[in-house]
Amino acid sequence: MANELSIPEDSVGIVSPLCARFDTPLTLKSGAVLPGFELMYETYGELNAARSNAVLVCPALSGHHHAAGVYADAPKNTGWWDNLIGPGKPLDTRKFFVISVNNLGGCHGSTGPMSINPESGKPWGADFPVVTVEDWVAAQSLLADRLGIDCWAAIIGGSLGGMQAMAWTIHLPARVRHALVIASAPKLTAQNIAFNEVARQAIITDPDFHGGHFYEHNTLPRRGLRLARMLGHITYQSDDLMAEKFGRRLREGGRKFSFEVEFEVESYLRYQGDKFAGSFDANTYLLATRALDYFDPAHDAGGDLAAAFAPATADYLLVSFSTDWRFAPSRSREIVDALMRKGRNVSYAEIESSAGHDSFLLDDPHYHAVLRAYFDNITV
Amino acid sequence: MTALDGRIDYDVIAGWVSPGARVLDLGCGDGALLRHLKDSRGASGYGVEIDIERVISCMRNGINVLQIDLEKGLYDFVDQSFDLVIISNALQTLHRTEKLLTEMLRVGREAVVSFPNFAFWKHRMAIMDGHMPVSDRLPYQWYDTPNVRFFTIADFEALCDKLGIEVRERLVLDDAGQPVTDEPNFLGSFALYRLGGGAGGSRG
Repeated sequence: MANELSIPEDSVGIVSPLCARFDTPLTLKSGAVLPGFELMYETYGELNAARSNAVLVCPALSGHHHAAGVYADAPKNTGWWDNLIGPGKPLDTRKFFVISVNNLGGCHGSTGPMSINPESGKPWGADFPVVTVEDWVAAQSLLADRLGIDCWAAIIGGSLGGMQAMAWTIHLPARVRHALVIASAPKLTAQNIAFNEVARQAIITDPDFHGGHFYEHNTLPRRGLRLARMLGHITYQSDDLMAEKFGRRLREGGRKFSFEVEFEVESYLRYQGDKFAGSFDANTYLLATRALDYFDPAHDAGGDLAAAFAPATADYLLVSFSTDWRFAPSRSREIVDALMRKGRNVSYAEIESSAGHDSFLLDDPHYHAVLRAYFDNITV
Repeated sequence: MTALDGRIDYDVIAGWVSPGARVLDLGCGDGALLRHLKDSRGASGYGVEIDIERVISCMRNGINVLQIDLEKGLYDFVDQSFDLVIISNALQTLHRTEKLLTEMLRVGREAVVSFPNFAFWKHRMAIMDGHMPVSDRLPYQWYDTPNVRFFTIADFEALCDKLGIEVRERLVLDDAGQPVTDEPNFLGSFALYRLGGGAGGSRG
């Protein structure tokens, strides 16, 4: 064992990112055509002989393919859903073969705005076509083909990841047996879209954005991306959690009667914003928020969400969190109700948590017990 | 609430479930009744439960379970969308009794209700002795009971009458689990009803 690196027993250990190249053109929902593309992904566990134990992990807004384990050259870079995935963890890699992807339009190696546009020989930048949740699913399905996975045992995702899981069950029903949809929604509300729009405006109006072609100017719309992330962070947390974590505490001493960082919460938001602005692509952020805005399966079914689920054959688990106001429990209930109307097998848990939308990334004991019980009952 | 009582209860209810029925079980606990109906009658459907530990137990039992607060009503459920809506040994733990009974018969074509009879003779004796009853059917002290409504067979039937709910079948058991025919409100400790009709709320 690699104990010298002090990797825990229930970690998937050292992992390596993989890249799949697709040379056939992909027509997107917008009508735009990508001549070819690459997807970054990671796998954990082993595909069984019957190829019946594969689980797809769909990333949320800022997620990527590194969901579990660590890299040999970066032992502190732990995957974003490492508390869920591993030997003995709720998504047990001794039973399941887990695949995690970086979606189209991403900024962690999959084809996206930072990639070279073959027509111009320059980075796509703002010219990268707008991608939708359904486009992501189409690209993921080509990866599944490549890996010889006809039918997923399960697809799991939180927030925007949950939307991908739902879209799979609607558009490729024969290819998924179980969908675990966590802290998600059947579509965004006007308020949700409004938050996204403020985030996008922060980026687009940053003078360093250069209409999305900032790579050519050797700069980044750092201020805009930072503001977008600060705003996002406020909505991912609950009022209670912020009160608990920061309250009205000042960083040092009393008031300075200035606009410098004085309150702890200001310091936290600036730190989160700076960290994100240095590691995430602004064009990808625009694309991902637009994918969220556009997701609305009921729209194509005359506004009737239950009708949208008519083709689905999967079993579902829905989970929401009591203090999530970005995608409140009532939004998950809408999905549950639509699925019940269609007679689908569905279970729903509403977890008491103070952590708001971000709860889906944490390891609350009840939340993880729910996921463990559900995964344990999936036959492979 | 003991395992033995549960099984007698379940067999009676199973007898009222037509094969392949769509069932909604309110206050479904760990899902044992639904599991029984699924295995013995090929029933499908959902359990509703508020307690997260029991929700997790249902999932372990492979039962569809929805963590919903019944005190908020069944407003999300479509009219007449289930063959049978069951509330087994849980009606006495909920406040909005009238609303719930009406809603059960709006959502389901029939309803099954079972509850402990507070007028059972041993319970009456406990009161005569000056104490709140504690028995197999009421296994709680007054200070830790989950029950919030205290009613008898006579009370329940009067409420059904008031709400226009039709009693289609009734089975009363004594504390040995044997059926009671004479003086059920005195000799019976537990009652099960199959109900139909009712005002039905906003039935469409």
